[in-house]
Amino acid sequence: MHHARFPTWLWLSAGCLFLLIALGLFAPTPVLAEANAPPPEPTDTSTADHSQFPSLQGPFEDPLQVTEACLACHNEAADQVMHTIHWTWEYQDAVSGTTLGKKHDINNFCVSITSNWARCTSCHVGYGWKDHNFDFTDPTRVDCLVCHDTTGTYKKFPAGAGFPVSEPKEFPPGSGKIWEPPDLANIAQHVGPSSRATCGACHFYGGGGNGVKHGDMDSSLVAPPREVDVHMSPDGANLTCADCHAAGGHQIAGSRYAAHPTDPHGKDLPVSDGNPATCQSCHGNAPMKDAKLNAHVDKVACQTCHIPAFARGGIPTKMWWDWSKAGDKARGVETDENGWEVYNYLKGEFIDAVNVTPTYAWFDGYLGFTVEGQKVTPAEDGLIYINQPHGSPDDPNARIYPFKAFRGRQAYDPVNQLLIVPHLFPFNPDDTSAYWKGFDWETAFTVGMETANLPYSGQYEWVDTAMYWPITHMVAPAEQALSCSACHSQQSRLAGITGVYIPGRDRNRALDSVGWGMVALAILGVLVHGGLRFATALKKS
Amino acid sequence: MQRIYLYTRFERLWHWSQALLIIGLGITGFNIHGSWQIMTFEQAHWWHIRLGWALVALTVFAIFWHFTTGAWKQYIPTTERLNAIAHYYLVGIFRNEKHPFKKNEVSKLNPLQRLTYLGFKILIAPVMIVTGLLMIYAHLWPQWGLQWSFGTMALIHTAGAFLLVAFLIVHVYMTTTGHTVFSHIKAMLVGYEDLPDDEVAIAD
Repeated sequence: MHHARFPTWLWLSAGCLFLLIALGLFAPTPVLAEANAPPPEPTDTSTADHSQFPSLQGPFEDPLQVTEACLACHNEAADQVMHTIHWTWEYQDAVSGTTLGKKHDINNFCVSITSNWARCTSCHVGYGWKDHNFDFTDPTRVDCLVCHDTTGTYKKFPAGAGFPVSEPKEFPPGSGKIWEPPDLANIAQHVGPSSRATCGACHFYGGGGNGVKHGDMDSSLVAPPREVDVHMSPDGANLTCADCHAAGGHQIAGSRYAAHPTDPHGKDLPVSDGNPATCQSCHGNAPMKDAKLNAHVDKVACQTCHIPAFARGGIPTKMWWDWSKAGDKARGVETDENGWEVYNYLKGEFIDAVNVTPTYAWFDGYLGFTVEGQKVTPAEDGLIYINQPHGSPDDPNARIYPFKAFRGRQAYDPVNQLLIVPHLFPFNPDDTSAYWKGFDWETAFTVGMETANLPYSGQYEWVDTAMYWPITHMVAPAEQALSCSACHSQQSRLAGITGVYIPGRDRNRALDSVGWGMVALAILGVLVHGGLRFATALKKS
Repeated sequence: MQRIYLYTRFERLWHWSQALLIIGLGITGFNIHGSWQIMTFEQAHWWHIRLGWALVALTVFAIFWHFTTGAWKQYIPTTERLNAIAHYYLVGIFRNEKHPFKKNEVSKLNPLQRLTYLGFKILIAPVMIVTGLLMIYAHLWPQWGLQWSFGTMALIHTAGAFLLVAFLIVHVYMTTTGHTVFSHIKAMLVGYEDLPDDEVAIAD
């Protein structure tokens, strides 16, 4: 039998060609790059020039008069605002059946607004909430300017129960920082849409300072570089907060009290499903060019990969707050080598951090919060969990989600099993029962709990508490999203995530041992067999 | 000595393409598994999926070829003289005995090869391809009404991979047991093998 000899180079080339064709066939189909044109310059589309209105010429004796002037035309505005969480500071939680919200919550920052109103309510969208008697039905107490100022000159005084100052005043006391009364007429004539700066005036400063509370929100977001926040950067989409968070009529979409790691409606703009604050509302449920990346969206929240770290704007966020160390006037205020406050005799010790790797957990959108008077006991790890991400790997509505895990040390009444409401901020200049005046915890706790109408045994101990803050802002440009190996490796960020097999992170130890053992045996067998062949061949020759 | 034509063009093309693909799949696969970091997870995954699809395509061609040419008959299992062959590799080979199997164009594979390669073709390869394809589409399982565990699928796929590594080691070693150390490999490269007359079966 005779066969024509087929040159080796020919079929090797054919083999390469085959491989190339096979690879080409199954390479991903190129997707047309989305139009990446810069957003058009915003144009003023308003049909009214507020500076021309006679009713806004002033002078205004107090900001309530400005509100009255606003409401004369915008006659539904106050009613709309008064139905929002911005006004009520209350949230009806259907899951637990309790009323949550700042009005009732306990946290591990400044703990509670009760008995500390004038300081805390400087971020209330109203005027004069300084005690239990605030009139939540008075429309003239709605603060229009705090959201609609476009001049950048309207400032609520930090300890003014929501009012700006009417005469120059120093705050913090002894700081030399003077707060000037705003020019109400000028501001009223220059109202406009909310901005990152107006929302941020409160939301960037939660917890009593820049970046303290959230971790993914601080003043760097007023005009962030693209790599800090691709959405809010003037060099990026240049979105304002309200572009995502507004549902119209002063209603605010998107809240920690009912978060949405998933969005079954997907891309639903321009006609919103009522919650345009989800990533999916703009990006849909399969926004990546790679099919395998899109296949992750049933388990992993967008934020997990696209927010590689929080506090990326250079401003530190607090990770630890120890109230038990407060009161040492000799230490006064201490800063570290970065100039970050690590001790304040009023507040205790802190740990600050930037570029923080989030903590990850399964999250179905429900955190659950602890309210004043709610009995709590330490968990097995000794921590009291003020809130905690709910969700399990088996829940189709849960996703792996990033959090700032904040820890604090605060006062606890072990007899009544209550986190204690401390009276920190004085009711008036003569009130020495407040901790920040009298520096006596016993008195501060007694008055705080009394004001909250809660029992206090007179005993307190310092307990460590945990809070979880969902990370959803400071989205990085796509090219800075996490690489696969951030999770798919032995050093996985998701080390604590159970209920899912992550290639590269997970393996069956027994199988690996048996498998590599078998490979080692094969090598050994081959070496022994080959060695014997070699030896016997030598012997024969 | 006789020169016999053992491996046809397609057979050789198929064998070496498959060899390259499987080695590539092994390198990238164990990279994904976290056994080594020769490349990033992204790169390993990118290549693993594409090499896998290329192997699927090659397998489709190979099945077609096996049936149209009748080459599948080479893999009909037999236990005839199996003991003699096992004895040869365990004992005889060290005594310079003759290989008990004589091959020719019609019957190329000895009974041990038949069993091994058949096991690869009907067990290991299908399991690897099926579990691999299923894992690519794991996110669609719920839509398909499947409640399978991805971890179990990965476990089966990994077990198969270990078997293939062990096979590869022994397989490559066995190629050195021919008339000369490289005669088998040369045959798989050029198609022809030079065999002593007494190792060639008389054609039917």
